[in-house]
Amino acid sequence: MAERVLMKGNEAIAEAAIRAGCRHYFGYPITPQTEIAAYMAKKMPKIGGVFLQAESEIASINMVYGAAAAGMRVMTSSSSPGISLKAEGLSYLAGSDIPAFVVNVQRGGPGLGGIQPSQADYFQATKGGGHGDYRMIVLAPASVQEMASLTIKGFDLADKYNMTAMILADGTIGQMMEPITFEDEEIKQYEKPWALTGHEGKRPHNVVNSLYLKPEELERKNFERYERYKLVEENEAMWEEYMMEDAEYCVVAFGIAARVAKNAVVAAREAGIKVGLIRPITLWPFPKKVLEQAADKVKGFVCVELSMGQMIEDVRLATNCKRPVGLVCRSGGMVPSPDEVLGGIENAVKGVY
Amino acid sequence: MEHKRLTLFAGHYGSGKTNIAVNYALHLAGEGKKVCIADLDIVNPYFRTKDSSAELKAAGVELISPQFANSNVDLPALPAESYRLVQDRSAYGVMDIGGDDRGAYALGRYVPFIKEEDDYRMAFVVNFLRPLTTTAQEALEVMGEIEAACGLNFTCIVNNTNLGWETTRDVLDVSQSKVDELCRLSGLPLWLTTAEETLAANMGETVFGLKLQKKYFDIPR
Repeated sequence: MAERVLMKGNEAIAEAAIRAGCRHYFGYPITPQTEIAAYMAKKMPKIGGVFLQAESEIASINMVYGAAAAGMRVMTSSSSPGISLKAEGLSYLAGSDIPAFVVNVQRGGPGLGGIQPSQADYFQATKGGGHGDYRMIVLAPASVQEMASLTIKGFDLADKYNMTAMILADGTIGQMMEPITFEDEEIKQYEKPWALTGHEGKRPHNVVNSLYLKPEELERKNFERYERYKLVEENEAMWEEYMMEDAEYCVVAFGIAARVAKNAVVAAREAGIKVGLIRPITLWPFPKKVLEQAADKVKGFVCVELSMGQMIEDVRLATNCKRPVGLVCRSGGMVPSPDEVLGGIENAVKGVY
Repeated sequence: MEHKRLTLFAGHYGSGKTNIAVNYALHLAGEGKKVCIADLDIVNPYFRTKDSSAELKAAGVELISPQFANSNVDLPALPAESYRLVQDRSAYGVMDIGGDDRGAYALGRYVPFIKEEDDYRMAFVVNFLRPLTTTAQEALEVMGEIEAACGLNFTCIVNNTNLGWETTRDVLDVSQSKVDELCRLSGLPLWLTTAEETLAANMGETVFGLKLQKKYFDIPR
């Protein structure tokens, strides 16, 4: 049986990436995710992998672009301001339809912000960040164990759909330590006939590119890409439901906010309020169906976020505004307390949103 | 327990150095000694000695920590008053060294004073359930890196093997063979075995109990 180890969330991502077959890491240090780079710096040379601290975030994402084009399992990691710098590269990866794995351990923003946890890059991760029509698969772990399991899942989904998969974590989960287990999972290998591996005169040469000067051709590419995205939306949405069977109110929260919100749900149940929690695990594709179904059963929703309220827009869209949606939020590196969330649930019961 | 004038705790990051240093300083104060603790961590802006400033103050332990500790300013600067810990021999000194070899660089400037006085104990804190120190051999490598970085050699081992809230007596028992192996490879004695205080209370006087810093949510999993 696999043994339990005590790991930081950031270390769990790094170890899981190695187990998923990642042998190329390019990054630039930034708090609160630097342990990922530190772990890779120690481990990669011992297993024949590449660890490279680039001169900047922009350089590192373009190194990812290069290694991904060669068909490698490759990753970079950063925190909020660093991801903004990588945004151009994320768009190029999407425009070239090649798989990559990116980690954002979020900190307070905007601007240089602070080093305490945040979820305020939700829009950036799920709606764009870079330019053009594109999507990324966005995974939101709520424990150190999920930092590991969603990293392995992320590499798989990236290869399966030729997309970038992003872990959208926050400083709390990155820094905290929990006991976890690495299961001996089978890592699926994908054929990459498009990869730039050298044609050796045996096949026409491959081109990885995001430049299409004929608008008809670029439009066709985008239509094709969105057909693929539709498959992801249909097949890959993930979520957790907690005490939803008889719930009259529904809290919606992801990542560390969901851990805090669970405390509030337990406390509200003790006070006789029938409330449950839906925790999106994939933020894109957003688990629309389960929220749409919940809207037929519950009287109202309460979103809990470490931002000024970003996911709340997707909750309203998924439920077609059928029920009111309240918001409990802290920003700038602050984390809501279970009591604050409980207050939001009590307000919903009173009809105050 | 016999004490040296100066006690230094170093090891892999996340091995438990800070918790042990704080608890050891409180233990010394509990014996009626004049104690000063210094936070020399230039690596991690979180989880610091300063998190325990209230408990230390209540116990009469003087805390020297970087001006920017816990201010979210990610600035690796040490205060001049840190020198007091190695120069003022009237108080017992406890030093919490930053993680790995990177953190140990900061110790280098104090080493000439420490060697001159020659009344110190430098403890290597190890948790064999941390991913980069799972074997005695791996732990020995980390020890060597830290010694090379700071220019001071370890004198003993502290076994802090734990799995957070899942730690049981078994977890500690299983680590014993690795500790024995590390002692054999390094030629150093085991000084302390440490565990969270309620677990330690059930294990007799051989285990040093740790009161953990409480700054976390009790979060359902």
